[in-house]
Amino acid sequence: MASRTNHSYAGVPGWIVIVATIGATFVVLPLVAMLTRVNWSEFASLISSESSVAALWLSLRTSVTATALCVIVGVPIALVLARTKFWGQKVLRSLVLLPLVLPPVVGGIALLATFGRRGLLGQSFETFGVTIAFSSVAVVLAQTFVALPFLVLSLEGALRTVGTRYEEVAATLGARPTTVVRRITLPLVLPALLAGAVLSFARALGEFGATLTFAGSLQGVTRTLPLEIYLQRETDPDAAVALSLVLVLVSVIVVAVAHQAGEANGIRQRGTA
Amino acid sequence: MSLEFCASMRDRGFEMELTVEEGETIAILGPNGAGKSTLLQLIAGLLKPDSGRATLNDRMLFDVMPSGRERWLAPHERGISLLAQDALLFPHLNAIDNVAFGPRSAGASRSDARDRARTWLDRVEATDLAGRKPAQLSGGQAQRVAVARALASEPALLLLDEPMAALDVSVAPAMRRMLRHVLHGRTAIIVTHDVLDAFTLADRVVVLDDGRIVDVGPTRTVLDRPATPFAAELAALNLLVGIPAGGGVLTDSGHRVTTSSTRPAAASARIGVAVRPTDVTVRVREPEAHRTGENVLAGMVTDLELRGDVIRVRSAELAADLHPRTVAELNLEPGMRVWFSFAEEDAIAYPL
Repeated sequence: MASRTNHSYAGVPGWIVIVATIGATFVVLPLVAMLTRVNWSEFASLISSESSVAALWLSLRTSVTATALCVIVGVPIALVLARTKFWGQKVLRSLVLLPLVLPPVVGGIALLATFGRRGLLGQSFETFGVTIAFSSVAVVLAQTFVALPFLVLSLEGALRTVGTRYEEVAATLGARPTTVVRRITLPLVLPALLAGAVLSFARALGEFGATLTFAGSLQGVTRTLPLEIYLQRETDPDAAVALSLVLVLVSVIVVAVAHQAGEANGIRQRGTA
Repeated sequence: MSLEFCASMRDRGFEMELTVEEGETIAILGPNGAGKSTLLQLIAGLLKPDSGRATLNDRMLFDVMPSGRERWLAPHERGISLLAQDALLFPHLNAIDNVAFGPRSAGASRSDARDRARTWLDRVEATDLAGRKPAQLSGGQAQRVAVARALASEPALLLLDEPMAALDVSVAPAMRRMLRHVLHGRTAIIVTHDVLDAFTLADRVVVLDDGRIVDVGPTRTVLDRPATPFAAELAALNLLVGIPAGGGVLTDSGHRVTTSSTRPAAASARIGVAVRPTDVTVRVREPEAHRTGENVLAGMVTDLELRGDVIRVRSAELAADLHPRTVAELNLEPGMRVWFSFAEEDAIAYPL
């Protein structure tokens, strides 16, 4: 931890501090402004209405599921990207990280083209009587699609930082590749994995565009909290603000947890004397 | 026959053939970049050769043909442990679980693996460190635990890559004693920069240079009668190389040297002459008459180096260890022309 009193020369010009302050205000001020709009007397009833509770509950369920999916497929992707070399690897990395920069609506349209009723895979699912689009499953898929890059990015970086030396030692001690991943690699990058999972969860929780496009807005089925807030804004602005505050609180908690995990990052290894 | 190894890697200029007998410890010596680490990584399976073949106790390690056909045993199937310069203890496991890692990976139960780990910690005198995390261990303690961990997987071959290079001078002797104890009768290859390791730990020495083996033999022979400047430097000996000429040796630099041990050799054979720097004296004026049995070689001082309580005075060809008082009296400095001399009974000649 850095001490609060700083005796060393910093050398940051005054004007940079001023611009930084303006920038920080730009981020913090809207949150404060929102607080002034909260109807505190009806806050409890606003966030406990049937549609609000359904949206919150759906958001939490789908986000947790999407995070689990991100971990399940993201860990192997990060391992393959960080530990192997193959033709087209750079292209694959760019493609996997694409949802990070893609407008979510575009992601939704792409998912619709894949899993929709007439989609690439959707048609086959349809013949088995399974419809994905406009269901809770679609919500989870949309969230996973946009949240996956956060986990992969965070984990791949950590894997590269940790390096392969411990894994090599483990292999020469007779550990099979699966044992090495389970007992050495994953424990070493656990803080980064947690931080990545928390970020993925946050991204999934806030997901709006892809969900609306691919899953629609059906109360209790696909209408997650961000969608609910958007709809309420038209009919009941007070409810929208109250729900926004709930989302802000959840986000603050998520950022705090991610920061904690980041602090603990890299179990400190003592260098040789 | 324990290890039979033969491999080449073109881009590293590596080409080597090596045999290690069952129960034998060999020391690999050589300057930086000679291919020592490449050799260990090839044997451990962390690198693939362009071509070559290796077997350990008649089990195939790799068989790679230049044509591209290959058989390859993964590192975890080889039964070869590698101990590096850094202990590389798994930071999230305490000492005993680090040592128990090998037995656990081989399928031992948790309690059985722990029992075996405890036995090995005992043997490296690290019993009281069992519960500590690697971050709580000193460099020497960590390396002890690493030795226990490498041995607990009961390897058929143990590879040690400069295991004492990163240790404090004060803990190296204890570590060396412990290694001598645990390496006894074990098939092992130790890469080292320290001639003391070669003498105390190894039965045989292999000297590498530029990706190839340049000298091999029992430790004493290789270091008493060095064949390469590198081995001579390690053994702290002067090495003069030349051809036989009229009962003496004509060195490559054109000096005639006589030794009491010069035996007749084929006229074309190359001969090495080894002289200890402590047996060499330096004069600043050319001696007028040579005493019989004394060799005098003119040279230019290139370098003065303080080594312990003596100063090593070097020329291109020879080095002499002098008392600082003598250096001061002679007012020696680089660039001076001097005459080195040594008695012929202090010089050992041998065919290369």
